[in-house]
This record gives sequence, C-alpha cells and structure tokens, in this order.
Amino acid sequence: MWNLALLLVVLALAVPAARAQQVVGDAIPTSLTGQPGDAGRGRAIVASRNLGLCLLCHSGPIAEERFQGNLAPSLAGAGSRWSEEQLRLRIVDGARLNPDTIMPPYYRTGGLQRVARNFQGKTILSAGQVEDVVAYLATLRD
Amino acid sequence: MMRLRIGLCLASVFVASLALAQGGIDKRRSGYQDMGPSLQKMQDDGTANPGMLFVQLGAQAWATPAGAANKACVDCHGASGATMKGVALRYPAIPEGADTPADLEARINLCRTANQKAAPLPPESRELLSLSAYVAHQSRGQPIAPPDDPRLAPFRERGAALWAARQGQLNLSCAACHDDNAGKKLAGVTIPEAHPTGYPVYRLEWQTLGSLKRRLRNCLVGIRAESYAYDSPEYVMLELFLMERARGMAFEAPAVRP
Repeated sequence: MWNLALLLVVLALAVPAARAQQVVGDAIPTSLTGQPGDAGRGRAIVASRNLGLCLLCHSGPIAEERFQGNLAPSLAGAGSRWSEEQLRLRIVDGARLNPDTIMPPYYRTGGLQRVARNFQGKTILSAGQVEDVVAYLATLRD
Repeated sequence: MMRLRIGLCLASVFVASLALAQGGIDKRRSGYQDMGPSLQKMQDDGTANPGMLFVQLGAQAWATPAGAANKACVDCHGASGATMKGVALRYPAIPEGADTPADLEARINLCRTANQKAAPLPPESRELLSLSAYVAHQSRGQPIAPPDDPRLAPFRERGAALWAARQGQLNLSCAACHDDNAGKKLAGVTIPEAHPTGYPVYRLEWQTLGSLKRRLRNCLVGIRAESYAYDSPEYVMLELFLMERARGMAFEAPAVRP
C-alpha cells in the first residue's frame, strides 16, 4: 500500500514540466502556445542537425542538407497526409499512437529513463518550436 | 577434361562463397564491410593502420618493469606475446578468485595491482590502450569465442536488457538502431550492427585509439542519456552481451573506423 502511495507520488512528480496538452483522438487540436507557428523558422529547425534532428532519420525537401536519413518516412507531403492537429501530436509524443515508435517525444519530459543531466526536465523542442515545425510541415503538400 | 573439372570446382567454390557472402549462413556484418575500400586498406595495412603504433607502444610497455615488484609482463607471460593469443576473444571473463566479470582492460589492471604492485592505469590512457591493443592484436583474424562459463549468464542477460532499454531524452535503445535499423542511413552514415570485433579501435573521428567503453559513451551522448562512469559494471555487461552476439566473427583489433 505504501509502495502504491509512493509510486503515485513519484508519478505525480514525474508529470511533464511541459504544459499539459489536450489530446483528442489522434490529434492535439489547439496550439501549444495559443499562437500559430512560423513556417520559415520551422524549416530551419527541421534542417538543423542539433535542434530538430529531423533529417537524421527522415528525408525531406530541403535540398541544401545533403545527408538525410532513411529510417523514417519522407517528410515530403506530410501536410497532405496529416492535419496540423495530427502533426502536433506526432511531434509532441508519437508514442501515444505507436508505443514502439523510434520517433523521440519532442514535447514530453515524463517517463524517460537516465536522461543526461544537462537535458533533465527539458523538452527537445520548446512549445513555440513545436508550433513552428507544425506550421512548416503543413506547407509540405503533394 | 581436367581443366573443365577445375573450372567446375572453382565455380562451385565461388557459388558457395557467394551464397555465404549473401547471407546463406551468416548474415552478420562487421563495420569493416560498411567502410569504403580506402579505409579497409588502411586497417589491413600494418604500416598505414594508426592503431599499429599503439601495438608497438604496447610491446614496449609489455617489456618494461613497473611497480614495487619491478616486474614486467614478459617476466610471467613471455617475451613474444604469443601466450596472449586468443585471450581477447574470450573477454570479459571472471578472473580467478573473483566473482564478477572483468573486461580485458580491467584484467590488465588486475595484473598491475596484484602482481606488479603498481597503480592501475587510468581509463583511455595511452599506456592502457597500448597494452590492450598489444594483447588484442595477438588474436587478430581469429573467431570471437566467449567462454562457456555459466556464472557469466546473469551478467550477460543484464547486458541484453540494457541493450534493449530505452533511455535518454531521445528515448532510444541500442537495439532500436543497431538491431532494428542497421544498414539504414542515419543522416549520411550507415548504421552498423555494432559488433565489437575490433577494439581497441582507431576512430578517425577521435583521431586516436579508444575502447569499446568510449564508443558506447558516444552513443549514450547521442541519445542524450547519462553516461555510465568508466568503472561501471554496465559496460562489462553490455560487452558480454555483444561478444556473445558476435561469437564466431573474425577479430580485427586494432580496427580502423570512420
């Protein structure tokens, strides 16, 4: 019983520092910041090897980045395949839809193991950066 | 007639080796096979492989007395190093009188403290890397052969669990890349199967020789996970798992990698 109580306390403490988001079905309907993102900034985040990290695994229509990954689907056409709301959940925490995904949870701090000290309690992207990436991906239409 | 027979014989050997190369028997790939021909040549050529410099330094250290006992490795193990043939293929192992496994570097340091009465060599120090390169080089070309010691099983199982555990801010496991996505491109780089066939390894990215621990730490940093301390048992457990996974593969130390 005490173990259960302790577990609940630990779980409560582990609730993400990231702001709670309302998940509806396979989407997060509202912007994490309450504001629309900036597609131009989003493109730069997606292209960045140490900020977005996206092109390590995905390829995408960003010609100046020559070395792109093929572990994950191409980002080309992402805006045709998914709505902004659906893209938002896939970036925030893709494991909500597929527990086996290798897609990192970009806006979650809970439930992670052995996070390096300098990244503890921090999300991979900020809420504003997530919105920027959502805005950029939404422009990628077939 | 004779010519035809030899021709047929060669053809069948060729077909057999092609089948082997295509994975009819063993589909595992050493990182060597993912390198371009110039890097392969650098590894194969003893005068071009920078790791061989460390092997030479190791040969000198092997013959140099150390510690309060003023003994050199040669005083017990012989001058040629040939007594070390096969040793690196079966580490980590449980040293006599111990109850937990040690990797090759820890075993070298055990000899230093117990027999030479010398201070242990620091991790990734030139002298420790040189001695382990010298010992490992004696096994070059031989198949990896972990010992059938049942006491190792629980440590190896913990290594397998570590391998499969997600960790770090990016929430990835070793297995997610090196089992499930090996051969694919992470950015421009082919993800290797991560067989520890060539440690200590000369990595161009490091511009020096380094241990398997250092390589594992690189991946931990990459997934934004906390690195284990250099003397942590987790590395030994992971190595036990990886050496079993690579059982039978040819040992390449000192290997060259990009």
